[in-house]
Amino acid sequence: MGHLIPPSIMPYVLPVLYAVVIVAVLPLLAGYIVLMERKVMADMQARLGPMRVGPHGLLQPIADAVKLLLKEDIIPDKADRLMFWFAPLVSVTMALLAYSALAIGPAFQIADLNIGLLFILAVSSLGIYGIVLGGWASNSHYSLLGALRSAAQLVSYETAAGLGLISVLLLAGSLSMKDIVQAQSDQGVWFGFSVPFGFFIYLVGSIAETNRAPCDLPEAESELVAGYMTEYSGFRWSLYFLAEYANMIIVAGIATTLFLGGWLRPGARYHEHIPGTGIEWLDALPALLTLGVALYSLKLAPQQPVKIQKIVMGLVAVLCLGIAGILAGALFAPAGVMQGIHGAFWFMAKVFAYIYAFLWIRFTFPRYRFDQLMRLGWRFLIPLALVNVIGVGVAIVLRQQFAWGPIVSLIPTTLATLGVAMLLAKDDAPVSEAQTADGE
Amino acid sequence: MQTLNQALFIFFAVLAVASAILMVTRRNIVHGAVFLITTLLSTAGIFLLLEAEFLFIVQVILYVGGIMVLFVFVIMLVNLDVSMRQVQFNRQWFVAGALALVLAAQFLFAIWAGRGALRLPAMADEISPKNTEAVADALFSHYMLPFEIASILLLVAMIGAVVMAKRRVG
Amino acid sequence: MNDERTTKTISGMDSVDTTVLGADEIILNMGPQHPSTHGVLRVKLKLDGERVAGSECIIGYLHRGVEKIAEHRSYQQFAPYVDRMDYVAAVSNGLGYCEAVEKLLGTEAPPRARVVRTILTELQRIASHLLWLGTHALDIGALTPVFYCFREREEILKIFEKYCGARLTTHAFRIGGLQYETYDGFEEDTKRFCNDFAHKIDEYETLLTENRIWVGRTKGVGILNAADAIALGVTGPVLRASGVKWDLRKAQPYAAYDQYEFDIPTRETGDTYDRYVVRMEEMRQSRRICLQAVENIPTGPIMARIGKVLKPPPGEVYHSIEAPKGELGYYIVSDGTTQPYRVRVRPPSFINLQAFDKMAKGSLIADVVAIIGTIDIVLGEVDR
Repeated sequence: MGHLIPPSIMPYVLPVLYAVVIVAVLPLLAGYIVLMERKVMADMQARLGPMRVGPHGLLQPIADAVKLLLKEDIIPDKADRLMFWFAPLVSVTMALLAYSALAIGPAFQIADLNIGLLFILAVSSLGIYGIVLGGWASNSHYSLLGALRSAAQLVSYETAAGLGLISVLLLAGSLSMKDIVQAQSDQGVWFGFSVPFGFFIYLVGSIAETNRAPCDLPEAESELVAGYMTEYSGFRWSLYFLAEYANMIIVAGIATTLFLGGWLRPGARYHEHIPGTGIEWLDALPALLTLGVALYSLKLAPQQPVKIQKIVMGLVAVLCLGIAGILAGALFAPAGVMQGIHGAFWFMAKVFAYIYAFLWIRFTFPRYRFDQLMRLGWRFLIPLALVNVIGVGVAIVLRQQFAWGPIVSLIPTTLATLGVAMLLAKDDAPVSEAQTADGE
Repeated sequence: MQTLNQALFIFFAVLAVASAILMVTRRNIVHGAVFLITTLLSTAGIFLLLEAEFLFIVQVILYVGGIMVLFVFVIMLVNLDVSMRQVQFNRQWFVAGALALVLAAQFLFAIWAGRGALRLPAMADEISPKNTEAVADALFSHYMLPFEIASILLLVAMIGAVVMAKRRVG
Repeated sequence: MNDERTTKTISGMDSVDTTVLGADEIILNMGPQHPSTHGVLRVKLKLDGERVAGSECIIGYLHRGVEKIAEHRSYQQFAPYVDRMDYVAAVSNGLGYCEAVEKLLGTEAPPRARVVRTILTELQRIASHLLWLGTHALDIGALTPVFYCFREREEILKIFEKYCGARLTTHAFRIGGLQYETYDGFEEDTKRFCNDFAHKIDEYETLLTENRIWVGRTKGVGILNAADAIALGVTGPVLRASGVKWDLRKAQPYAAYDQYEFDIPTRETGDTYDRYVVRMEEMRQSRRICLQAVENIPTGPIMARIGKVLKPPPGEVYHSIEAPKGELGYYIVSDGTTQPYRVRVRPPSFINLQAFDKMAKGSLIADVVAIIGTIDIVLGEVDR
């Protein structure tokens, strides 16, 4: 391979390869997150969810994608055609672009920018134009209302979420995704544990930014039909859908990197394993887990009702076996390879755990009203985030001056923030909301 | 490498100028806003070519991601049909044109007069990878006073906005 | 949505005075095709920003001329039609009609029939309230309760199906009593359902009652005070949530309600949250009635001797019952023939919907869906 590619292009080969893989795999991944969402929803709502297309609905995303591609593409008569055409592209491009700085494991990253985090934030914040312009171009009241709500909501919650992230940046001292994970490895604690309030603020902020329930006001079905997407159909609609789920993965990736130790295995350091911590067996967990899934699918395969479903289930088992084999083989490979493969596994596992939390919240809580959402953002989250950032600053000084440990120095901060949170929450009790809503 | 950089520069520069012109000439105000966004993004691209990543990101986050969103937000509240029917250039256009010409002449003269100072010094290698820190260092040590003055100015503006909004609601 | 885009407004934050931006009021049409207008209700909203400055309900999209049909059917033939008015509470509709005709005939159903009617009607009340709870929660954005509600409603519908073969439009009762004897195991099924249901209703309450978002979305929303409620003729849970203790089951007992002990839940404020609490408590009370009734079903005939051809004496009668949604009244005029001269229905949903404008004025768009949900309308009944 070496002599086929001129050396001047060599450094670009791997990133381009990753980019191609991400663009190719992401729609599929988004489809399967939809399936996961439907399955989780069904489980929480005492029903089965998709069961017909493929065994346990495993081929449902593909059927959905085909349906969407074949649907008639409708552009409303009085719509601004150019913008209507352009807006979904903006959304999906920006969502995909943000992946270029996301580090999926130490080995899989398109570009390790020294402003990586800011780049992701900036690019994903541009996705709002897709929503706003699409809502405007549709020439429909529902769409316009949805778009405007979206703009106001995003601008507000970006501030809160950004302040939540700053607490981590202060601790990590870098904006590069790799360095942030490295810092967590060096300090021996995931930042989610040392600044829990930063994590909490980012969690709420990220739900609002990705327009997920209970903050899904821009597309609140029972109020605005489908919000900014009301007039969209077919492929354009699926682009919005793809962008939404891609953004979910992005915010989950940011949260994982900043608060949940990125690709680090629980209890592991970045470069070397600490001998004697007693949890090295966790290294074997990925392989065992996928092996378990493989065996389970193998057991399920003969129970499927139709022959083709039996075959597909068997293929799933084979796929899982293959992944288990790779994960197991990586244990005996050189350290770099092993960390690359297992890092990707842990990263994806954490991302999915975070998305699962999203889904759990979605199916549990009712939806906020717009003014309540704004109040939550401006009067609760932003003051809380400011206190948190100041507290983290104080903690860093404490650490430098008195050589306190990285966890101990942050305890006063967390307690102080907790106090402020309780004060703010008392101030913002639902009863007073009712009074203000009534008193105008 | 050099040619690639040059090609990218020309691309961004042409895009910036072209969208700036389109922004002024479009009748549809939302289209105008979109072209303004394109202009800002192309400028950001030029910053990136200069390896000023931090400036690039500030340009994107603040101007494109923040201020322009609010612009578009307000524009959507505006009555589009009326603005479409309004005369785009009114009768004083030649006054404005003359003023613009004078301004352009002044700029040209200034550039010509200071042409020797235009050549930027080569970037110091050690600061380039730590762009963000370099900016922070400069802001918080060397330019501390201007920075603080700017902060206070912004704070005053913010308080003023809050007071005005409060009064209106009350 | 065909209004031309001449005016726009919208500002998300309610503190912004939209008139400053030079924006006018816009008219937003909700429905008749809208996911949360509970059918084909069309609401014309005059919006000032996201705030409702005025509203107008436009009904009639589901008008089928039920009252007119009655004039061309014999008394028995018309009975199945009433099931199609409030189709989620068909049993209650049937009870009201059958009792009204019985009153016109000057007869009464035998005791056994009256107790079975009471049980089925109370089960129907639970089913109707469950459907309301599920859809109301869905309107406010809680996706899960609706499936739990349907799970329990299914049990009730199974009892109906075993009893009379139908689930939705049951036509369970006949003029003069019942057509069918209860099936073997009717008592056990009802008891089992009632015993399980006690825990199920607690489960719904854990999801909603003290949830901050739920409370924030419902408290202080769509307030209707007692005086307005009475003036508008509002009945049912909506009236009781405003603090008026009025329930026809107590005030003018019918069927077998005078034999059982139960409470009438009331609340003070008359907001959406209160209506939620009242309906939840009503389900508990219905369960209590069912348990008492099913313990002690008298034996005896299930049908009064009224003959095959009904020819009520000329005259008129008004009879009303406490349907799940409020007072359901039938005014029937007989000219002595086999067909009613006129049947006029007083549907609770139709009257309660009058209160919509009062409740919605000054609230936000998001509240409008909550308010439509909290009135608990069925368009089949509103439009008839």
